[in-house]
Amino acid sequence: MSAPDSTEALALALRRHAVRMCGRGGSSHVGSCLSIADIVATLYGEVLRVDPGDPGWPERDRFILSKGHAGACIYAALAERGFFPVDHLERHYRNGSNLSGHVSHKGVPGVEFSTGSLGHGLGVGAGMAMQLRRSGGDQRVFVLMSDGECDEGSNWEAILFAGHQRLANLCAIVDNNKLQSLGPVSETIALEPFANKWRMFGWAVHRIDGHDHGALRSAFVALSAERPTCIIADTVKGKGVSFMEDQVLWHYRSPQGEEFAAAMRELGVAAETVDA
Amino acid sequence: MRDAFVRALTELAAEDPSVMLVNGDLGFGVLTDFIGRFPDNYVNAGVAEQNMTAVACGMALAGARTYTYSIGNFPTLRCLEQLRNDVCYHNADVTVVAVGAGFSYGQLGMSHFATEDLAILRALPGMTVVAPSDPWQAYALTRQLHARGGPAYLRIDKSSAGLPEAMVELGRARQVRDGEDAVIFATGGILGEALAAAGRLAEEGRSIRVIDIHTIKPLDTRAVIAAARACRRVVTVEEHSILGGLGGAIAEVCLEAGVPIDAFRRIGLDDRHPSIVGDQAFLRRHHGIDATAIADVLRAMLERP
Repeated sequence: MSAPDSTEALALALRRHAVRMCGRGGSSHVGSCLSIADIVATLYGEVLRVDPGDPGWPERDRFILSKGHAGACIYAALAERGFFPVDHLERHYRNGSNLSGHVSHKGVPGVEFSTGSLGHGLGVGAGMAMQLRRSGGDQRVFVLMSDGECDEGSNWEAILFAGHQRLANLCAIVDNNKLQSLGPVSETIALEPFANKWRMFGWAVHRIDGHDHGALRSAFVALSAERPTCIIADTVKGKGVSFMEDQVLWHYRSPQGEEFAAAMRELGVAAETVDA
Repeated sequence: MRDAFVRALTELAAEDPSVMLVNGDLGFGVLTDFIGRFPDNYVNAGVAEQNMTAVACGMALAGARTYTYSIGNFPTLRCLEQLRNDVCYHNADVTVVAVGAGFSYGQLGMSHFATEDLAILRALPGMTVVAPSDPWQAYALTRQLHARGGPAYLRIDKSSAGLPEAMVELGRARQVRDGEDAVIFATGGILGEALAAAGRLAEEGRSIRVIDIHTIKPLDTRAVIAAARACRRVVTVEEHSILGGLGGAIAEVCLEAGVPIDAFRRIGLDDRHPSIVGDQAFLRRHHGIDATAIADVLRAMLERP
């Protein structure tokens, strides 16, 4: 299989991998993976300066998935970019595997940082950005978070810190799918006016459609030179599989049986079963 | 002891530009010289220990050699998960420096009693845990920790054992008094109380060996086993809960090694929150972990057949 030749094609590949990995592994969080597929495809397809042949290349941009439960999508992106063979994705969630349900770097080339407990990625990303700036490098640090994750106070510590330090080489992307573990974000701990909160903390903010690759591309080339940038990417949880879209259920449910086949059909793969 | 750490760190910053001190908005007056001389090696992360630890971890992963600095439980328990998931899992070169071991800030109350940190920090995979007993040790062990690299925890005491400067080696227990009737293992400044107790027992014709466990992890198991085997009566002393700290570590080693022991006693704080305040000496007395209490434990132990 040749590598996808556009970010749109890469996003479709990530969605297929995510459904396969969550279906065959019996894991949760397929909705979260589908939600970020376009963001991750844009980053790994066009934006991130990384070298699959040299994952530790010092000049690389850093990418942290702070919403570690969507790790399957990152493993898929790394495999598609050639950091490791695509067939390794079959090990996801299996006994003895390194490809844990929450993203982990150990034994997985290309994973910058391991997460799983929410509210860890942005502070670490801020530290990386600070040290890279201190060293005179032009590497950038991208941290992909979830909206529900912004309940965590540690994020607001990091948002304050990065704003104060004017870490212009730091970019936070919020996968703003408006659903969290037990229901709508707005009914749990409301974040709106969300963009204003970031702005008041000293960040440049873009609010865009997180499934529009053109909009994502434009936002990533318009990072502020003076302050950290937050891209609030409005997304739909479960995007790309109609019956998973905007459903809290698919934060947890693993696609099995006919649901698996139907999901794959919607992603353009006919007659694939979860056992195949 | 705190000043000795700052002196060592200041020297290290002069030698190694990758040194980075990430402060949790504490150390008024103490860090002035460091900040003045090395403004590029310093950041005040504010009163935000989770972010302080995360930032230190991120900087370390991007090439810095970072130190977080705060008081008591703030750089440890407050941000425990950042230490576990971020620092330890990524083997990041972060040294956590907590000023105020045990009852160092005894008048300030429960929030400032650092009395479970050894147990909790030593449970973290890959974390080196060091509790110096004298300022010269804090200085030497800071330098040795830097040479070794993090993750590490440095517990800074207000009190000191008062011993003259000598060789100290990270990970190697120090015998500071010879004896054969019993052995005391102690950690931190309270080693001074253990030595005083051993001195009193000497006047009564008993010889008590005293061993300084400045490095709780990795524990010098060979030295612990040898001393326990030689003396057969073992007492541990720490300004810390009796659960899981030095006493727990020594018990684990002795029991698993099958050391024949006639008597074993942990001297530390009971499993309850103290609410009485006072200075460090007062609180040691109040909680039965001072020289007098240690001597009483030894006498009772030695009187038994």
